[in-house]
Amino acid sequence: MRTDAVVLTVAFGYLALLFVIAAWGDRRAEQGRSLIGSPTVYALSIAVYCTAWTFYGSVGRAAQFGPSFLLIYLGPTLAMLIAPFVIRKMVRIASAQRITSIADFISARYGKSASLGALVAIIALIGITPYIALQLKAITVSHAVLVNYPLAAEASIADESFWADKSFWVALVLAVFIILFGTRHLDASERHEGMVAAIAFESIIKLVAFLSVGIFTLFVMFNGPGDLFARVAATPELAGALSLDAVPGGATGWVGMLVLAMLAFITLPRQFQVMVVENVDERHIKRASWLFPLYLLAINVLVIPIAMAGMLLMSNGTDPDSFVLTLPLSAGLGGLPLLVFIGGLSAATSMVIVETIALSTMVSNQLVMPLLLRSRLLHLGSRGQLAGWLLGIRRVAIVLILLLGYLYHALIGDSYSLVTIGLVSFAAACQFAPAMLIGMYWRGATRDGAGLGLIAGTLIWAWTLLIPGFAQSGWLDAGFLEQGPWGLEWLRPYALFGLDTLDIYSHSLLWSLSANVGLLVGISLFSRQTPLEQTQAALFTEAMHPGLVQTTLWQGKTTRGELRALLDRYLGAGATARVFAGGPAASVSTAEPPPRDDQPASSALIARAEQALSGALGNASARVLINSLVRGEALDMESILSILDTTSETLEVNRRLEQKSSELARASEELRAANERLRELDRLKDEFVAMVSHELRTPLTSIRAFAEILRDSHALPEEKRVHFLDVVVLESQRLSRLIEEILDLARLESGRLTLEPQRLDLVALARHSVDAVHRLQENRGVVLEVAIEVDRAQVIGDPDRLEQVIINLLDNAGKFADHDAPRVRLRLYRHKTHYRLAVEDNGPGIAEDERERVFEKFHQIQRPGESADKTRGRPRGSGLGLPISRGIIAHLGGRLWVENASFLGGACLVMELPEAPSISSEEAQQE
Amino acid sequence: MRSSRGKERLIALVVLAVVLFTPPMVLLFDSPSETGISRLALYLFMAWGLVIALAAWLLEHPSEK
Repeated sequence: MRTDAVVLTVAFGYLALLFVIAAWGDRRAEQGRSLIGSPTVYALSIAVYCTAWTFYGSVGRAAQFGPSFLLIYLGPTLAMLIAPFVIRKMVRIASAQRITSIADFISARYGKSASLGALVAIIALIGITPYIALQLKAITVSHAVLVNYPLAAEASIADESFWADKSFWVALVLAVFIILFGTRHLDASERHEGMVAAIAFESIIKLVAFLSVGIFTLFVMFNGPGDLFARVAATPELAGALSLDAVPGGATGWVGMLVLAMLAFITLPRQFQVMVVENVDERHIKRASWLFPLYLLAINVLVIPIAMAGMLLMSNGTDPDSFVLTLPLSAGLGGLPLLVFIGGLSAATSMVIVETIALSTMVSNQLVMPLLLRSRLLHLGSRGQLAGWLLGIRRVAIVLILLLGYLYHALIGDSYSLVTIGLVSFAAACQFAPAMLIGMYWRGATRDGAGLGLIAGTLIWAWTLLIPGFAQSGWLDAGFLEQGPWGLEWLRPYALFGLDTLDIYSHSLLWSLSANVGLLVGISLFSRQTPLEQTQAALFTEAMHPGLVQTTLWQGKTTRGELRALLDRYLGAGATARVFAGGPAASVSTAEPPPRDDQPASSALIARAEQALSGALGNASARVLINSLVRGEALDMESILSILDTTSETLEVNRRLEQKSSELARASEELRAANERLRELDRLKDEFVAMVSHELRTPLTSIRAFAEILRDSHALPEEKRVHFLDVVVLESQRLSRLIEEILDLARLESGRLTLEPQRLDLVALARHSVDAVHRLQENRGVVLEVAIEVDRAQVIGDPDRLEQVIINLLDNAGKFADHDAPRVRLRLYRHKTHYRLAVEDNGPGIAEDERERVFEKFHQIQRPGESADKTRGRPRGSGLGLPISRGIIAHLGGRLWVENASFLGGACLVMELPEAPSISSEEAQQE
Repeated sequence: MRSSRGKERLIALVVLAVVLFTPPMVLLFDSPSETGISRLALYLFMAWGLVIALAAWLLEHPSEK
């Protein structure tokens, strides 16, 4: 099972599978059915963070330094928690400015400075190449362990020549892969969907492989975690391995490592590539900010058991870095070690792929292109030719970077342990953090400050980590580590200025970041920004500002023909056509003839051209090219000012003004509404007065008429006289009742109605009221049904007033019941904590929209289908009864409304009063 | 995340995570259990899991508007 042929077949078969997945991913992307348009795939692609260093090195680190390996993953967890702020802003900036790498990002922030971009690219190249070497070394070592076990791995590596080294061939295959899937289009800001799909797949493989070993170790080699840790506890030299004492640098070393991992996670070129450049949708960040930490947790949760098992079971000579492989090998398994090898291979290859793409973009756009642009040679290139050149440069860069990594591994890689190289690279990447993060939030950071900070930080990093590393590999005389160079003790690399209490990484990080940040801030405070720098600073710091407008910065001083020629040379005909076709101008111009090539190019077109060039060549080169073409005052000062304006405090002031004016508008709206309400009330008052006068005049007129008749006609028969006097008395009664009602209403409305609320039984009151109207209703032929469903209904109310309401309701119902067979029904029942008294009739009912109007003063319901004649036979109401009733009920804390009658089908007036709070029997007796 | 309350909650979670992952807290748990093995690793994994769970709840749970 473990023959070389099998291992090689599986390994290269796995690589072939990656090609298939990537090709499939690219194909789906072309069809518009993206494979990677999901937050889960995004989170998995971020897991490119877990390299072979995680896969093999975590166990090694746990075995040597206890829980400190976790810091490498807790740092990114913290970084991912703030991703919805920081990474989202980076994604927003990158997509607006077509940024393709971290070097491009920093160069664009500081006024599209070519020199700054080149500096970042060089630092990345120096700092990261060893990391690539580390991955190749991991492949070589793991292969050797797999094939040679139980012999030591070194036995075969030492006398191997490079063509027998598997990692050389893996690197070659990877070069082909990266060229195929990483440089398909010239525009590096376009996504490499196939590549990302393959990376996500690799992340799954490495997780599965690692978990398999862990589970195998825990549950097959041991009887679960209890058994393992019991045996660890029984071994004295292992028991202390998990405490903080095992962590280099103790508590300060702990914090230093956490900061290092957190910053490196954001600034490593491959992380920038997958998190920012390859981000498809800003919203994916949200899911990834907890899913990716979960992935880290999963891949780390079994590290300690494996490390402990390795230390318990393996002989002292075994390298802890290869416990993951040697444990299943020692158990005599064939398949599992192979799976582990593939897992390690996937971890290594995914890192190499992404890192190489990121580095090659930097090398071609930030190092080679600016140089080529300076030489006259390139300007002679003919149509579309340079586009091919550009891709060629990038492909050569890929091969060179991989070759460099391989050479590093082949020549000096053996002298370092895996972890050392990884952390040295981390510390190098951290140098980008100040220029990036401070630049994203502080507008005042200048190019000079950033550049000097970067240089100083990197020099200190090299002196405190890189060069001592060389010395320890035996390349330099290691004496200066102890005595300092030229006998200068304060320059000792591991104890700069005599600071020797920290571990080497915290020490290096402290000094290099201090110098870096110090110079960045200090120099920025005392230097001036160019207009372009100011604009870019504003665009970066205010990227999340909703009011930010991406105005075009160029003034049209060139012709379309010249622009087309430039784009043709660098991007090829296809991309050029897209730039010229894009934008709003295209849709408008269908009716007009297309603009001719000798017409001046619009500033929008120039901006689009610059963006397209930025995506392919980097910001700095694009600016140089556009500058060479656009004559005269190229930058439009007015647009620059407008950008600065939109983002400056004036906008804040504007926002506040807007808020104030909206408040003002709201207040005036309220005033207007109040005014209208007042007018309405005034109108109602006038109406009321008119109504009252009218209502009062009617009985008064008849009283007066009959009184006059009685006065003037002395010869009236006795019987007629009595009748007339009756009428006068009746009308006077009506008049006084009306006046009484009006007074009630006035008191109600002014709030001066005096009620005497007391505890009473609504049942008794209802019966009493029914008795009062019974005779009258009987006379009118009204059938009165009473359905009282409760025994007692304790409410608080004024008995006289309540009776007045109930009688009024019954009276009204009688009036509006069916003409021929009038029926009225009173129902008293309990509803939750209330008692309801419903009075319904079998009349025509009240239309939905009339229901509230019956409570208006003097509202008389017109009975449909009945002539005025017929109604005259019935007693008329004043139109004040219901409004008064409602007022009284409202005063008592209840409600009165109209609904559909459920039994008789006419109108139903419901009066609802809350149940009186229960009182103790004693109090009840007192009452 | 658009609501400022959501942002505030996330920032509070970051502060919590920093407190949980750094020395004063970490030192507190760096004590040997009955078996003699330090509780530190177990504590770190539990704190880590808690932070992830809170983040998941915070970011997936649509903040009320």
